[in-house]
Amino acid sequence: MTTVRSADTMTIRLGGGQGFYGDGVGPVADLLDAGLDYLVCEALAELTLAILQKDRQRDEALGFTRDLPVYLQAAMPFIVDGRTKFITNAGGINPVAAGRAAAATLKAAGATGIKVATVVGDDVRGRGDELRLPADALFANAYLGARPIVEALDAGATVVVTGRVADASLFAAPLIHEFGWGWDDWDRLAAGVTVGHLLECSGQVTGGNYSGPWWENPDPLRIAFPLAECESDGSAVITKPEVAGGMVTFDTVREQLLYEVHDPANYLNPDVTADFTALSVDDLGDNRVRISGAKGGPPPDTYKGLVCTPAGWAGEARLAYPWPDAEAKARAALAFIKGRARANGVPVEEWYEEYFGVNAYGGPTVDLSAATEPSEVIGRLAWRTADAESAGRVSQGTGVLGLSGPPTISSTGRGRDGRPTQLLAVDAFPVDRKLVDSQVRVDIEEV
Amino acid sequence: MARIQLRDLCGSRSGDKGDISDLSLFADDQAAYEAIKAEVTAERVKEHFGDLVKGRVERFEAPNVLALKFVMYEALGGGAPRSLRSDNLGKTHAASLLRMYIDVPDEVATGARRRRAPVPR
Repeated sequence: MTTVRSADTMTIRLGGGQGFYGDGVGPVADLLDAGLDYLVCEALAELTLAILQKDRQRDEALGFTRDLPVYLQAAMPFIVDGRTKFITNAGGINPVAAGRAAAATLKAAGATGIKVATVVGDDVRGRGDELRLPADALFANAYLGARPIVEALDAGATVVVTGRVADASLFAAPLIHEFGWGWDDWDRLAAGVTVGHLLECSGQVTGGNYSGPWWENPDPLRIAFPLAECESDGSAVITKPEVAGGMVTFDTVREQLLYEVHDPANYLNPDVTADFTALSVDDLGDNRVRISGAKGGPPPDTYKGLVCTPAGWAGEARLAYPWPDAEAKARAALAFIKGRARANGVPVEEWYEEYFGVNAYGGPTVDLSAATEPSEVIGRLAWRTADAESAGRVSQGTGVLGLSGPPTISSTGRGRDGRPTQLLAVDAFPVDRKLVDSQVRVDIEEV
Repeated sequence: MARIQLRDLCGSRSGDKGDISDLSLFADDQAAYEAIKAEVTAERVKEHFGDLVKGRVERFEAPNVLALKFVMYEALGGGAPRSLRSDNLGKTHAASLLRMYIDVPDEVATGARRRRAPVPR
């Protein structure tokens, strides 16, 4: 059966299949069964590029999120029979390798006639001189917008793999492609970015990390990933597969709408500046929330870039003590470690102390004058040194606490190897759009 | 007027961008929104977080969803992959903000709807 679809009346269904590298793949099956035109997998937090950089330091063929084939396999039957297209930024800092992995996964499943597009050009480390980047930059990438993905879809791609693309643009791209929205149709571009922003963190819009009555989530072991039913006018209904758990309400949607956006009236994206304060958010009941009335304006003059540089090494120790005097014991233990490191001449550049059970997270927001004596306290000491060897030397001083430190120390459990870890600085910088646009390329391979 | 802890009046969520912690504070009705808008200023939030936030705090309003946003600079120990903090992403800052007490009209306090989670002991 062939359905003739008109852009004015058709609804495009987008699914948010991943919110970070390591997100569960289970809920993806429910999304696909519910019916999707596009499964979009957003794999890259700021921190993720640093993790991928460590991978690439070990092996030049790595540097993409290695669970890409798992998501692709989950969607394979839907991709092969043409029901669903697949878009992901799993390419990380090595989209070429990710594109190859995607093609290999399709081939291994016996798929044929599938166009796999790889978007490259977000990597600007090679332009370090022009951009005045630090000489020791480990990676430097610009956030691309929706254009190269739209180009790939216009060319008939079914699978699109990118590196660093603004998260929301991964979702805006298929809407721009399907509805033919213009690149100066700011309100509709803003609508696409809004939908993308709401779906890009998977379970965070469907009852996950929810500050409302999270304990009332239906089927909390099976929190749904979200889907959006999108119209050509830019309005959309955010919802979830019926069979899955979690909830979609005005409250869960607004918590995600404002997540990490800074000024909500000027949410910056490479293709548009969106005004989330103009939006209408209407709870239709039955896990359906309608968003409409998006407003937008021209994007910033520059792309946002992120540059990563080495920032020393870290070690940490956790020492647990029970009542009575738990906090005093933990504080004495941390002072012990610091004192021994100083006595041994270990060059430590920064210390950070936390007391779990007292105020480890809340710090000065905790009113300790009203607190009762805690049942137990875990003291955590972290330190930064210039080199790994020094970070390790501090750790060597902690075992002595068992027999020579404050009384009644306890282990904090198994599974901590205590080896030093490398610290990385990731800093934002503006990138000239022309410099980036001139190197962006869409490679298409037919499997 | 009544004194109320934000925990009983509001929801909140936080996240990170570099060394910036980004918080949202949500009211459940218009009166509560007006109350937090009057009381939870950028200055008070900066003071509330003390040493946890080394830089400035900016506030934005999103009246369409009854929310305030706080953008706190130099708030994560140098940014997630550089930070020595356990909570290098600032996810717990949302909870820490809810510790604040504010003065609100009586009807806002009596209308506060945020509940506490049951503990299945």
